[in-house]
Amino acid sequence: MEKGVDLEERRPIYEPKIVAFCCNWCSYAGADLAGTTRLQYPTNVRIVRVMCSGRVDPAFVLKAFSLGADGVLVAGCHPSDCHYINGNEKAAMRGTFLSEFLEDAGLEPQRFKVEWIAGSEGQKFANIVKQMVAELEALGPIAEGCA
Amino acid sequence: MDLATFAGSLGLDAITPALAGSDNVNSSELLGGNEVKRTPTEANGNSSGPRIGVFICHCGSNIAGTVDTSKVREAAEKLPGVVAAKENKYTCSDLGQDEIIAAIKENKVERVVVAACSPRMHEPTFRSCIQEAGLNPYLLQMVNLREQCSWVHSREKDKATEKAIDLVRMGVAKAAKLVPLEAREVPVEQSSLVIGGGVAGIQAALDLAQMGFKVYLVESEPSIGGRMAQLDKTFPTGDCAICILAPKMVELARHPNITLLSYSEVEEVTGFIGSYEVKVRRKARYVVEKKCVGCGVCADSCPVKVDNEFDMGFGKRKAIYVPFPQAVPLKYTIDKDNCIHFKTGKCKACVKACANEAIDHEMEDEIVELKVGTIICATGFDTYVPMKRGVYKYWEYQNVITGLELERLLNASGPTGGHLIRPSDEKTPKRVAFIQCVGSRNKKIGVNYCSRVCCMYSMKNAQIIKEHEPDTEIAVYYNDIRAFGKGFEELYHRVREEYGIEFIRGRPAKLSEDPETNSITIRAEETLLNKITERQFDLIVLATGLQPSEGGKRIGKILSLSLSPDGFFMEAHPKLRPVDTAIDGIYLAGCAQGPKDIPDSVAQAKAAAASAASIMAGKNVKIEPLTALIDESLCVGCGLCEEMCPYGAPEVFESDKGTKAKIVEALCHGCGTCAAACPQKAITANQFTDEQIASEIVSALGGIGVTAEKAKKAAKKAEEA
Ligand SMILES: Cc1cc2nc3c(=O)[nH]c(=O)nc-3n(C[C@H](O)[C@H](O)[C@H](O)COP(=O)(O)OP(=O)(O)OC[C@H]3O[C@@H](n4cnc5c(N)ncnc54)[C@H](O)[C@@H]3O)c2cc1C
Ligand code: SF4
Ligand code: SF4
Repeated sequence: MEKGVDLEERRPIYEPKIVAFCCNWCSYAGADLAGTTRLQYPTNVRIVRVMCSGRVDPAFVLKAFSLGADGVLVAGCHPSDCHYINGNEKAAMRGTFLSEFLEDAGLEPQRFKVEWIAGSEGQKFANIVKQMVAELEALGPIAEGCA
Repeated sequence: MDLATFAGSLGLDAITPALAGSDNVNSSELLGGNEVKRTPTEANGNSSGPRIGVFICHCGSNIAGTVDTSKVREAAEKLPGVVAAKENKYTCSDLGQDEIIAAIKENKVERVVVAACSPRMHEPTFRSCIQEAGLNPYLLQMVNLREQCSWVHSREKDKATEKAIDLVRMGVAKAAKLVPLEAREVPVEQSSLVIGGGVAGIQAALDLAQMGFKVYLVESEPSIGGRMAQLDKTFPTGDCAICILAPKMVELARHPNITLLSYSEVEEVTGFIGSYEVKVRRKARYVVEKKCVGCGVCADSCPVKVDNEFDMGFGKRKAIYVPFPQAVPLKYTIDKDNCIHFKTGKCKACVKACANEAIDHEMEDEIVELKVGTIICATGFDTYVPMKRGVYKYWEYQNVITGLELERLLNASGPTGGHLIRPSDEKTPKRVAFIQCVGSRNKKIGVNYCSRVCCMYSMKNAQIIKEHEPDTEIAVYYNDIRAFGKGFEELYHRVREEYGIEFIRGRPAKLSEDPETNSITIRAEETLLNKITERQFDLIVLATGLQPSEGGKRIGKILSLSLSPDGFFMEAHPKLRPVDTAIDGIYLAGCAQGPKDIPDSVAQAKAAAASAASIMAGKNVKIEPLTALIDESLCVGCGLCEEMCPYGAPEVFESDKGTKAKIVEALCHGCGTCAAACPQKAITANQFTDEQIASEIVSALGGIGVTAEKAKKAAKKAEEA
């Protein structure tokens, strides 16, 4: 989260920060395609490349939240399209478990997402980022005491 | 329970110093310690950490037009460990690479960050570059400033610059944690698998065989030939399709280096470049290939007649058949679904007829196992099937047919012997209309691309009809004419000027049939005349577009190939690696990669063969060392990694120190799923270690949220662990 001031309205600007774990073969390629086709999306996302969404240790997600991320995205290949057969299923499994835990810990469900983005889905990548940023802006910073 | 406690309860932080620690956040700062004084040459070089060089690419104006690269460089200079930060107009150019090499030598750089385009683009380039400077090639970290920053934030220059600084900070943090790795060298099998026996697959197989490599060609249909075998003549020159294709088909079947596996499916592919293991299902033909001489006596005796798919349903074939007279291999096949023997157990007329005793109704599918070094995927296309109840009434009106159906009706060896008839009354149509772009360039059905061959094949067929029946009136309803290839524009002029074919610009809005004559009236807005017209025709031909083939989709899943937005296979780079895929050792040829004509398919096939050959020409090939490793001292032998791994690479074994696991390197594909699961954090996923990823997360968040207190706690924990 970064704070600034909107000079016209003189209200603090809230810039949510999203950490996105993208698998090399599908979602990272999708993010690249968004670039080659010059789709525009907000700057709030920082992509961490991993080979497979199955590489994403729940601890990475928790670490991101505990260090101040406002949202975390785990993106992999579509079901049955995983480059490593089924790493994405494991990501989905961990995702379900993490979502439940994060909710119990008081985090809104919009803050953590697991999405399937193919290498051809540059538009989907851009849309997800746009939507997530809009949702996080509406939510505001994570409440004290959560993370 | 808060997140930190939860992480603790999962055993995630305490055991993983990397995750708990504040790594690359300048810890002395956070802990309130004194800045370590450095000698000027060390700049920010942390005496304990590696010396890092950062190279920021302008990419002409692609990056520098949006991102303020000098700000990024200034920020990079201040990052811990950075001893050199430079900007380049084009880092990937000779000049740019020379500058990296010089800077590495001059500043004794030990880790390199290249902030430029996507690693999917130039990682190999810069790896060789730093290797030339004497560094291990895996001590490179790329930062994606183009695809994932400047190009997607071109209207927000300040914020894009801010993001670029963050991304570089992440890259530097990860670079600091990189360790040298050695690529594995594995032997290359001197053989290739070609999937799909259309003109592309045939050409690729022949070229490789000619170079001396063993080739296995797998075709799912009973014969090779693909779509080209169905065509009559070929644009723009008018050569007879089968006359130029059949000799190649025969040569392929006879070539000593080629094994043709027709009527077969690839079921499973495992392994890597150099040594792919392939399982092929040879579907039961119910005719022993070795014994069948292709005389066709069996078919004469068979009482069952069904529509021939090859003739697009216009001609008939028997339940025991070859799809077309020039089929290769010329071996008969029983279509089980229509054979009386399989339905009722009574018949076997063919068995009685065959003097060679070639027919065996008891035959079973057979699995063949192959080992190949490279794979070429040439699975072609399917044509678009018009919608039920669509505007063009393909399913409702008999006299609306597709371009490929017309090819069969014009073909001398087709069901009508080359006499064009219309389906409703088998009379020769005197007024023919072509409707272009059916199933192409149509956002409503999600097909945005141009199929590239339909303009030309309609012109070609219009010309053939005129040659057969010079008094036929022909009109082509089009949106744009795309006659871009060699000799195409000339054909366009010829059919207009010499053959009098009329070109009407406009999309037909409505087709209606005269119930008596079965002739069809097209209502269309002629946009060049700016008026709405109604014209009647005897036959309508829909120029249906090209789509990814069903067979290709199956193979795509098996090989894990990526698709482009159009659904065809995606090449590794649209310009520079047009026949490579993202997977080493797998190449594309023909329409599997996107719609194209025969010359382009053949050219691509030759390119794919050359690419595959360039790998097989060497004895060994290097494989990226992105595998996982288990630290046995941490492993407790729980076996979770074994359970998680999609490839069965981890192996639990008994040692004198108790139950432990190890990873069989040759089986590991490096996904890192095991590393994410291991409760002991005993697994290192090379190039994506916990520590490396954690350092990126920390710096992505700019250290925000890491209060001095938190960092102190973390450091303490790490020490204890
Ligand atoms: C109506 C029409 C007219 C045309 N006219 C012309 C023309 O005049 N001139 C011209 O240059 N081009 C023309 N074209 C284009 C031409 O047909 C293609 O360029 C050419 O056929 C492409 O060859 P290919 O080998 O890539 O694909 P295909 O011909 O589609 O061959 C693919 C092969 O792969 C096989 N296959 C698919 N999946 C699998 C699997 N899973 N396992 C094993 N095998 C599999 C298929 O059975 C097929 O044999 C025309 C196209 C159409 C539709
Ligand atoms: S998951 Fe970790 S601890 Fe368990 S067997 Fe595998 S390496 Fe050992
Ligand atoms: S990295 Fe992936 S492929 Fe390698 S052992 Fe671990 S789970 Fe298996």
